[in-house]
Amino acid sequence: MKLNDYINEKIDPLFQKGGKYEKLWSIYDSFHTFLFVPRHTAARKGVQVHDSVDSKRVIMMVILALVPAALVGMWNVGYQHDLALGINDGWFMQFLYGLVAFLPKVVVSYAVGLGIEMAVACMKREEVAEGFLATGLLIPMIVPVNTPLWMIAVATAFSVIFAKEIFGGTGMNIFNPALITRAFLFFAYPKAMSGDEVFVRTGSALCNSPIEGTAVVDGFSGATPLAAVADGTFDPVTYSTMDAFLGCIPGSIAETSTLAILLGACLLLVTRVASWRIMCSVFVGGALMSAIIAAFSENAPTVAQQLCLGGFAFAAVFMATDPVTGCRTNTGKYIYGLFIGVMAILIRMFNTGYPEGAMMAVLLGNACAPLIDYCVVNSNISKRAKRVNA
Amino acid sequence: MANEKKPGVFTGPLWTNNPVVVQVLGICSALAVTTQMKPALVMGISLTCVLAFANVIISVLRNTIPNRIRIIVQLVVVAALVILVNQILKAYVYDVSKALSVYVGLIITNCILMGRLEAFALGNKPFPALLDGLGNGIGYALILFITATLRELFGSGTLFGYDVLARFVNEAGYDGYQNCGFFTMPAAALIILGCIIWYQRAKNPDLQDK
Repeated sequence: MKLNDYINEKIDPLFQKGGKYEKLWSIYDSFHTFLFVPRHTAARKGVQVHDSVDSKRVIMMVILALVPAALVGMWNVGYQHDLALGINDGWFMQFLYGLVAFLPKVVVSYAVGLGIEMAVACMKREEVAEGFLATGLLIPMIVPVNTPLWMIAVATAFSVIFAKEIFGGTGMNIFNPALITRAFLFFAYPKAMSGDEVFVRTGSALCNSPIEGTAVVDGFSGATPLAAVADGTFDPVTYSTMDAFLGCIPGSIAETSTLAILLGACLLLVTRVASWRIMCSVFVGGALMSAIIAAFSENAPTVAQQLCLGGFAFAAVFMATDPVTGCRTNTGKYIYGLFIGVMAILIRMFNTGYPEGAMMAVLLGNACAPLIDYCVVNSNISKRAKRVNA
Repeated sequence: MANEKKPGVFTGPLWTNNPVVVQVLGICSALAVTTQMKPALVMGISLTCVLAFANVIISVLRNTIPNRIRIIVQLVVVAALVILVNQILKAYVYDVSKALSVYVGLIITNCILMGRLEAFALGNKPFPALLDGLGNGIGYALILFITATLRELFGSGTLFGYDVLARFVNEAGYDGYQNCGFFTMPAAALIILGCIIWYQRAKNPDLQDK
């Protein structure tokens, strides 16, 4: 008997209504659609798109696009660790160190988030929505490498419940859940989220406490370039733009390498998963604002540095383009992107309390997105009404 | 008929018709004074006293107050009571009074007060008015107390300033509890209030919006 037939005939009825595991149908269904081609595609007649691209496959694209940034990020974790120790044990060991530090965070974030989502789906007897597959990978990528696992668990639970399920789950949320996680961590445990000591792993890869026999540095402290921007000690000459572009600077795990992020951006744009209007206008807005600031202030970072430092590129490519929380209208997308770009740089430069503005800017943009859409739609209606009445 | 109303007048506002989570009044102070339990408790008691006395006084005067100037009369009564409470707090619990800052004075503008005076005291006898004032005040204090307990416990790891969580976790041999700064922010109070409302609506389906 073929595997497919076996599943359809023997296992399927167990989970259908009246079956033995009726209550676990949501979980079964989520694995089934994840592993096999969806059972129901659009009917083969009429004007419809006939294919099996559902949101699971769209989100797999986002995950693929995140891979380069994650790989470079992992290597960079090990590289920064080696720099702090003053040793060099080769790129492979550095990557391995980063992998060991990064992987538990991914596991925790997926386990907590998917656990809650599946529990809620089972309660409502709905399909498990796919949205968290991307969110669960985004969360560990945007936290500092020294973040304890329990913090990630608490923050993920908070954001899945209060930023997503409360609003009705995937597709209904107002704010980007991954950024809510980051914002929660930022406000709840500010010491673990910013400052000099959290961005470089100094203990062993698995846990923070030094293990006997392993080389560790304790109390390593080095300002990230963004922290230097925030407290006014930034010197555009000492921080090489190339380092920031390639990603060998300290920062949150996967946002350091602008190059890797741009690779992911290409994939998203080619497959048309992300909106190029939003992505481009965020970069344009950011460049515009940094050019203005650089023109008036001597030791402000240059435009290229502004775009490469911190989480700006990551937010522009992966956060702002989230189709659920962003603008829907095309004109709105330009406004939304420009707004986020400008605000990110403004917050970064003028609010010393927040070294990085990209997170706040995108959340603010999320809050404004419905308003922008409303204005665009209404102005279009009144324009056309005028044409009719004239 | 008055006998039938009495228990409802007092117990209704405690939960099923709670001024904070059902009528959604007095939210500002519920967000502002609930970081620590002590100020929240004092605030709850202050409001209960002011509301009970104001209700009784207005109810006694209700037939002599000209309708056109009733709001001003209510304000005078409430303001006098609030100043009394404020002076007592300053005299006996100065640190709490400082922590509460303007929010004691702002009891004057608390929506629960004006709401109860207008809706109940002006049309009822003094004794039911007293019960209504006490019920609403205690209902408000209850919500404040729940919110403040959660916020102080998770935000500072303490209850009434007594170190609870850190001590407990330390004895078990862990690193100790790390305060969750989020709970000290007003946003956390809003989310906790939301959760209380959520729980209450789930228990009482007739309160749900259609």
